[in-house]
Amino acid sequence: MTGRKLILERAVKEIQDGMCVNLGIGMPTLIANMIPEDVDVMLQSENGLLGIGAYPKETEVDPDLINAGKETVTAKAGASYFDSAESFSMIRGGHIDLAILGGMEVSGNGDLANWMIPGKMVKGMGGAMDLVQGAKRIVVIMDHVNKHGESKVKKNCTLPLTGQGVVHCLITDLAVFHFTDAGMELVELQNGVALDEVKEKTEADFTVSESLKQLD
Amino acid sequence: MGKVISSLDEVVQQIEDGATIVAGGFGLCGIPEKLISSLRDKGVKDLTVVSNNCGVDDWGLGLLLENRQIKKMVASYVGENKRFEQQFLSGELEVELVPQGTLAERLRAGGAGIPAFYTATGVGTEVAEGKEHKEFDGKTYIMEKGIVGDYAFVKAWKADPFGNLVFRKTARNFNPVIATAGKITIAEVEEIVGIGELDPDGIHTSGVYVQKVFVGENYQKRIEKLTTANS
Repeated sequence: MTGRKLILERAVKEIQDGMCVNLGIGMPTLIANMIPEDVDVMLQSENGLLGIGAYPKETEVDPDLINAGKETVTAKAGASYFDSAESFSMIRGGHIDLAILGGMEVSGNGDLANWMIPGKMVKGMGGAMDLVQGAKRIVVIMDHVNKHGESKVKKNCTLPLTGQGVVHCLITDLAVFHFTDAGMELVELQNGVALDEVKEKTEADFTVSESLKQLD
Repeated sequence: MGKVISSLDEVVQQIEDGATIVAGGFGLCGIPEKLISSLRDKGVKDLTVVSNNCGVDDWGLGLLLENRQIKKMVASYVGENKRFEQQFLSGELEVELVPQGTLAERLRAGGAGIPAFYTATGVGTEVAEGKEHKEFDGKTYIMEKGIVGDYAFVKAWKADPFGNLVFRKTARNFNPVIATAGKITIAEVEEIVGIGELDPDGIHTSGVYVQKVFVGENYQKRIEKLTTANS
């Protein structure tokens, strides 16, 4: 299995029946298609839709109906539309159960950087800074190391922050970590990954859970 | 009441250099395309534009960039526009990036007569630099100010002659808050119906916020990313 597939298959397990969930743009959006049919969730799109449906058939495409990634979508039964201020009342007011977001760097104390690389064109943070402060649970998914083999799980983030101490759970292609006031704890190893490899590729300090699990 | 206008020329002619325009839309969805084109044709300069995005190179607010009419852009995400990058890097264009929820709330506050508010969004990031910090119940918040524009550009689906508005699906997005946040609010719509024909329970924006209504024809409604079940 590729690293991306490992990450996505583990991330989808974070989604529980009855939740309202926001999936970030990019890799997190792919999770929508992996949610089991018996898990009934309402996916939120911050441009003003709760209850994102499948991508439309060619005959159903409607330019007035898009998701936050500007892709054409449909609305599922029970969906609602609302304006942007109300959309962020849901987010900032703590009414969204879970947000799954991409990451560039995560630090040992749960800081997240995922919106800007200095020296490259600034695109903007969109709704990411609101989501990390407002959603009840923040799960970040990303590769454990960058393309140069350097750890993206840092003692301190080097990139501009999206939020401080906001991450609850980090899922990488090597491992799963939980964050509490006590710091960062390794709770799961991906299939075939050894603890030593995680130690070697993680710059941040972390503790190892007594009930450390190896994923199948 | 005389809110319904048959051409945008007269109202757009009043807009002067240096004006602040607040505009609805998310990406290219629900953008006031007729108003933007009319403002491009008029050619006023040094505008401050407040909108979630800045269009693409050849459509939406990108048309005003192309014509070098924007001095300052206030937005949450501008990554779809190459011309934006060129003008920003050359120093021609000033940019204020605002988290999307903060932008929506600043417009809502502006429209509701609330000069400022506190939010946790942006605490501990670049966004918080230079802003007042305050603790409530042990948590830190920053102060953000309301936004009011000289002119608000709104795109709605249907209107009545009083300016009551109904939006369609996710084309609603920022438009209702934008409508409240303009000294002069101009709504362009796809259809106008008679007074009393809109169900009062189903009106999204009350006509009290709207000064002018224009019916546009042949909306392009460009799609940024066409995704279908087969793709």
